Amino acid sequence: MSSEPARTEPVISVRSATASLGSRPVLRGVDLTVHGGEVVALLGANGSGKSTAVRSMIGQVPLTGGSITLFGTELKRFRDWSRVGYVPQRTTAASGVPATIREVVSSGRLSRTKLRWPSRADRAAVERAIGLVGLADRAKDSVSALSGGQHQRVLIARALAADPELLIMDEPMAGVDLASQEILASTLREQVAGGATVLLVLHELGPLEPLIDRAVVLRDGCVVHDGPPPRAVGQHALPGHDHVHPHAADEPLRTGLLT
Amino acid sequence: MEILQLAFMQRALLAAVLVGITAPAVGIYLVQRRQALMGDGIGHVAMTGVGLGFLLSTNPVWMAAAVSVAGAITMELIRAYGRTRGDIALALLFYGGMAGGVMLINLSPTGSNANLNSYLFGSLSTVSEEDVTAICVLAAFVILVTLGLRRQLFAVSQDEEFARVTGLPVRALNLLIAVTAAVTVTVAMRVVGLLLVSALMVVPVAAAQQLARSFRMTFTLAVLIGTGVTLAGTATSYYQDVPPGATIVLLAIAVFVVLTGLAAPLARRRARAAEPAPAAACDVAVAGAPGPADDDVRVGKP
Repeated sequence: MSSEPARTEPVISVRSATASLGSRPVLRGVDLTVHGGEVVALLGANGSGKSTAVRSMIGQVPLTGGSITLFGTELKRFRDWSRVGYVPQRTTAASGVPATIREVVSSGRLSRTKLRWPSRADRAAVERAIGLVGLADRAKDSVSALSGGQHQRVLIARALAADPELLIMDEPMAGVDLASQEILASTLREQVAGGATVLLVLHELGPLEPLIDRAVVLRDGCVVHDGPPPRAVGQHALPGHDHVHPHAADEPLRTGLLT
Repeated sequence: MEILQLAFMQRALLAAVLVGITAPAVGIYLVQRRQALMGDGIGHVAMTGVGLGFLLSTNPVWMAAAVSVAGAITMELIRAYGRTRGDIALALLFYGGMAGGVMLINLSPTGSNANLNSYLFGSLSTVSEEDVTAICVLAAFVILVTLGLRRQLFAVSQDEEFARVTGLPVRALNLLIAVTAAVTVTVAMRVVGLLLVSALMVVPVAAAQQLARSFRMTFTLAVLIGTGVTLAGTATSYYQDVPPGATIVLLAIAVFVVLTGLAAPLARRRARAAEPAPAAACDVAVAGAPGPADDDVRVGKP
């Protein structure tokens, strides 16, 4: 927590990061540090840059300025991807060809196996990850037969299959039914109890609130709050959370500030 | 069986089996990436290779392999670094390849449109000893890649962004899929022809999907269907004097139709077995809620 920043070497360190999508600046100087064992929520309205921020941390969005280090290594030179479990923002785990839950989750283990054949330990890790999200009895089922919440559980199991030390999750609660939300929250609780570091992009704190040590709120690509999670006074009472809908009147103002 | 005694039919059947295995084995990754028509594009580009082969009096199979590999790599680069006009670039590549093929073959002293025809629609009876050697070598490469790297290729085709975060060499694997698809096109060119190659990459996979729930099962079934229809089509073309390429593709489509017909009742039975079916109607009545009779969604129904 921020009261004892020197406790450990930061797991994620973002310094004055700037990034653009096309010609539109999306991150305008973001500073963010996540220490080992912390659970940090990245909050903000649609278009505030939360997803771009996490995607830049895993090298999927190039920075135009600033720097990022993971586990003390500069991102460009970071190769230890089995320490990172990534849950992308997706509504489905399916693709153009049928695949079972086990097959999809197995691909998460590739950060450890790379090009070699999976060993018995690798297969056991995959089964463990499927069990953690409560889908052990459905491992052989096709992912296309799952509900939205179950898809999200599969994506999280895929990230856990490599036994990562750091979990980066982009909106893991989007479109997830209540039963799955509870399973996800308890899975996350176990990971945190086991010493994992977690960075979550969230639209609202919701059922994960008790787990979260610190909240970072983004607005128009800048950090406007970094500290204890804002107490929810109703779901939409977060600082800087001006819940912009596509039809909202302040939309032109937002882009006007950026261009 | 006399069909097995004739040297040209032995070559034809061997080529057919290899195509039946390799085309769906690569096709499954293209279908998974929703690039089902990529094989068709490579087929167009390969025509320039065939034309070059005639013009330079070398074996058209090797020349087509070289040119379609170059074309496939270009297509993958356009896709990966794709700007908004990527589709126009692809169209230029496809039609340039086709026009180039027709032009080159007419410039060559030995080539004619009749020769080109045998590459466009396949011509099993003219498969030479040399062609069979080339087909065997290329098919071995395709089988090695698609089976040996199936976990990695599956991950890359399933979710490319996630695959990059696992540290896999995603760019290299994408290029490998493109190269393997190009090689497969040249393997299948003599059997089903460049214009029908893509069908054999996609239709067996689509047929297998109707029954399979896993990737592994889809892969196995697609290869079995592919091998079955290429063998049956080759034999039919021998006995009935019909073009092999068209016969093979129509057979594959017939298999797809039959399996689709079988799949619906099977899926229903599976769903019932997987979990107890919920009651068909809600058992709690909500006061004031409209009944099904005055639900306006159903107004159109009698």
